[in-house]
Amino acid sequence: MSEYIGNIILAAVWFLVISGALGIALSFAAKFLKVKEDPRIEEITDALPSANCGGCGYAGCAAMADAIVKGEANPSKCAVASPEAIKKIAGIMGIEAEKQVRMRAQVMCSGTSDLAKHKYEYEGVHDCIAATKLAGGHKLCPNGCMGFGTCVEACKFGALTVINGVAAVDYHKCQACGACVSACPKGLISLIPFEAEYWVGCKCTEKGASTKKWCEIGCIGCKLCEKGCPTGAIKVVDNLARIDYSLCTNCGKCFDVCPRHIIWSSSVHPGAKKEEPVVEEQA
Amino acid sequence: MKEILLIAFAAIITENFIFSRFLGICPFLGVSEKPSTAAGMGFAVMFVMTISSALTWLVYKFILVPSGLEYIKTIAFILIIAALVQIIEMFLKKFVPSLYQALGIYLPLITTNCAVLGAALLNIQNGFSFVESVVFGLSAAIGFTVALLVFAGVRERLRFSNPPEAFKGLPILLVSAGLIAMAFSGFSGISL
Repeated sequence: MSEYIGNIILAAVWFLVISGALGIALSFAAKFLKVKEDPRIEEITDALPSANCGGCGYAGCAAMADAIVKGEANPSKCAVASPEAIKKIAGIMGIEAEKQVRMRAQVMCSGTSDLAKHKYEYEGVHDCIAATKLAGGHKLCPNGCMGFGTCVEACKFGALTVINGVAAVDYHKCQACGACVSACPKGLISLIPFEAEYWVGCKCTEKGASTKKWCEIGCIGCKLCEKGCPTGAIKVVDNLARIDYSLCTNCGKCFDVCPRHIIWSSSVHPGAKKEEPVVEEQA
Repeated sequence: MKEILLIAFAAIITENFIFSRFLGICPFLGVSEKPSTAAGMGFAVMFVMTISSALTWLVYKFILVPSGLEYIKTIAFILIIAALVQIIEMFLKKFVPSLYQALGIYLPLITTNCAVLGAALLNIQNGFSFVESVVFGLSAAIGFTVALLVFAGVRERLRFSNPPEAFKGLPILLVSAGLIAMAFSGFSGISL
């Protein structure tokens, strides 16, 4: 019996010695190997939204905070942070934040599977990039949405869904980080101001006659919107109407005159949800 | 010399830590998403496994054996490895910041990695000498890295596949990991 007790005590003592030595070594290491870090980096990291979406062009929120402290980046580069958070970060740094307009992503294609005609039935890998490799995709229109949801996977906020063969953005979930813009192999997604009521849901720059053959809704470049616009915000370039949002007043004349109904209003677009989602208060 | 080469070859291929010993499955599934992260984790494991193999061997030989505490080596090694990883991390942050940046978040992840502990325990179990232990630790980590990189390549393809609904996500990953493990079991026919 006493033999066992001796063993137990021996083991306990040795462990105390080993762990004590390690503990002392660690505390010395913590003291001598300490790296001085700017305390502002941590404060700013806390103020940033921690979404780590990479929309600012840095590896994550911590990398962005580092860049802000170094003076390389302006806090307003973060598209996800609320205006208050950006003001707070600017306050920590003692600088002015650049003026920030809330943006949202918009998929500039309206060629749903009933409106856009197909070249062939695609049965390959379920991915937009792979689909475009096969003769430019299964839709006749070279700028048609593939609808396999590469943008849906790229979105960290779950704002995108594919409805009837075309991706759609839930505005209130969208944080305008731009991940979908770079993910889309067709370049169909653009960032437009959150308040913009109207947009041209097409990116096809081919001649109107071809567009008509491929798609029942695509922009044919008829210029009726251009003539109808009172502020000159809408221009047809390369057979495609484009809205300059710095001039647009949301008057809706272009929406009324468009014979193809390719100019969308957020009140009629199927992917658009106009109401703010109801956030349940936590008790 | 021949002995050393045999130990290295066995640890990297025929007795690969992941595919035939099934150690370190958690980081194997966790960080094999992209080849770049897989390589980062692999280098961190190589670094820690080599140093911890050396240190645990020394502790075993000069502290545990003389005091008759061999039976308690598992707990002792956990303690040593955890402290070691912490110290290494602080050391790198101070003196080799570029390496610290490269290894990044992978170092603390390894603290409780069973592959690192497994290497330390297998060194003792196999009765390796000091040099053999270090070689075994390094080559086991190389084998771990190889497995991670191979699987990261498989996962890149897997992302674009369209498996049945029930197999999506983790199940199909485990099935493909199992298939690679079967392929590796083909090496076990090589007798050394």
